[in-house]
Amino acid sequence: MVKYTIKRILMLIPVLLGVSLVVFLIMRVFSPDPAPVVLGEHASTQAMQAWREAHGLNEPIWLQFIDFLKNAVTGNFGVSYYTNQPVSNEIMSRFPATVELAICAIIFASVFGVLLGVVAAVHKNTFADYASTLVALAGISMPIFWLGILLILLFTGTLHLLPSTGRIDPMLQPTGGTGLYLWDTLTSGDFEAFGNAVQHLIMPTLALSLYSMAIITRMTRSSMLDTLNQDYIRTARAKGITRRRVIRHHALRNAMIPITTVIGLQFGSLLGGAVLTETVFAWPGIGKYTVECIQKSDFPVVQAVVLIIATIYVIINLIVDLIYAFLDPRIKYSKEEG
Amino acid sequence: MEENKEIAETSSITVGLEEKPESIWKSVWDSLKKNKAAMISLVFIIILVLVAVITAIFPGVLPHDPYEQNLAKSFAFPNAQYWFGTDQLGRDIFSRILVGTRVSLSVGVIAVAVSLTCGVLLGSIAGYLGGKVDTIIMRLMDIMLSIPSILLAIAFMAALGQGIDKAIIAISLVSIPEYARIVRGEILSVKQNDYVQAAKVIGDKNSRIVFHHVLPNVMSSIIVRATLGISSAILDASALGFLGLGVQPPMAEWGDMLGRARNYILSAPYAMIFPGLAISLSVLAFNLLGDGLRDALDPKSRQN
Repeated sequence: MVKYTIKRILMLIPVLLGVSLVVFLIMRVFSPDPAPVVLGEHASTQAMQAWREAHGLNEPIWLQFIDFLKNAVTGNFGVSYYTNQPVSNEIMSRFPATVELAICAIIFASVFGVLLGVVAAVHKNTFADYASTLVALAGISMPIFWLGILLILLFTGTLHLLPSTGRIDPMLQPTGGTGLYLWDTLTSGDFEAFGNAVQHLIMPTLALSLYSMAIITRMTRSSMLDTLNQDYIRTARAKGITRRRVIRHHALRNAMIPITTVIGLQFGSLLGGAVLTETVFAWPGIGKYTVECIQKSDFPVVQAVVLIIATIYVIINLIVDLIYAFLDPRIKYSKEEG
Repeated sequence: MEENKEIAETSSITVGLEEKPESIWKSVWDSLKKNKAAMISLVFIIILVLVAVITAIFPGVLPHDPYEQNLAKSFAFPNAQYWFGTDQLGRDIFSRILVGTRVSLSVGVIAVAVSLTCGVLLGSIAGYLGGKVDTIIMRLMDIMLSIPSILLAIAFMAALGQGIDKAIIAISLVSIPEYARIVRGEILSVKQNDYVQAAKVIGDKNSRIVFHHVLPNVMSSIIVRATLGISSAILDASALGFLGLGVQPPMAEWGDMLGRARNYILSAPYAMIFPGLAISLSVLAFNLLGDGLRDALDPKSRQN
């Protein structure tokens, strides 16, 4: 297991190198020159030349790539073209917002996804099954941003219950701490701020999680149907164990193996979906920031964000694979390819 | 009764090789016909195609000019004249949605066609040849898969610039790895079959083996993936449009319409509800048809 883990961690290196190269190629080689965008089209040629020189854009492209890699390893991603602040600072100030949203969304999606899936499988071909299938179908068919807009129409426009933008009332904003407002407000005992942060989180969480919830529901349903048909389930029932206990302890436990994989993979797609959700709800996270930076050609930021998100994504995938191997002892590590 | 028919069909496959293709597709069609959701979706998709084609050839059938601006009539509430209301520039939303069908459908179909072709080629090469070629191709696919597709598509759009053609390229590029992976996996399992080994022994060329013996056998999963792929391509395109990276104005695209009306969300909700509905229903239709096709093409579920 240890050997397998180390091998898998070492395999991340070429993938991340490749991601850096792909992003670098897109942003620096195929993209138009950022100078006129950053300085304005009417800037003088000399000014643009000086600006390119200052940002190291006049060096040979392969040298720029090596510099980028060398610095990235130490966590130095250069400075933003616009604010001249270190990119790492810019990202770190927005990162907790995205993390908080993504964690809430994955928890919501997993809990309700598994619940709906189990109910659908246990009560196959009943109203409950059709209802959960319908929710799942809506989840995979509705664009995230449209769902967000509908939620705003309902909860803000019609019911006046929830705020539609931002993370917290600026008056209640906690200072310092982790930047995860739920955690910060709770640990400091400021329940008014906590309640306010929760209110701000509800709609973005719903919008972001519905797609993943739908995928998890479908997976849970089919996985549960598979296990419920196994002989050991019938044996357990025949032994006189209650239906509820068989479902919980015998069926769901085995069905959870493929479900875990799907949940892990969904966390990655949530990070992508955050781009849209954050835009709709003016959520001050890295998703919204990245879109803005791409539109403004702020390349150092975009390179850093994509690299960081890809790193998180592959690490999560690795963890999922390890959990998978842990949950299912039948998996032989030696048979793994590559 | 039904089962007897099935058996009869299967036996006719073995007896008369000439009838083989027709019988298989006929039985797929028969089982698809029984799936109500898939049939309704198919009808809906046919209507979408008709709308796209007819509005392209005869723009006169549209109730209003989808591009004509009239600020005096901006944000008219849905009424007898403007069924879905008007947008911020006073353009008829209903007409714009009808015209937008062409954009969404063509993005969906072309993007899937492009990414499918590249994905099938790469996946077949990797799966069939194996070894170093396989490792290189699949590592490249892993790299692309480790960046969330929407982020990758946005980055491509930033590099390529706005425009529907560029959106198609961006969406095609980001969906290649998925097809490549599926095809590679299928090829690896089909490769073991005796008929492929037999073809090798006879001395068939690699390309011939792939195209004549391997690919036809992975066709069904490719068809299902492609149908579902159209729905995700439509979703991706609308997301790019929503972020303002899709079509160039004044072209009508559903996601773009939603994005531009976003600032008026509480005053003119209809400007967002109808384009969103158009996206969701189209995506839903392709999803349901894809699910139906999978059930129909999968012999295991056909027995049930």
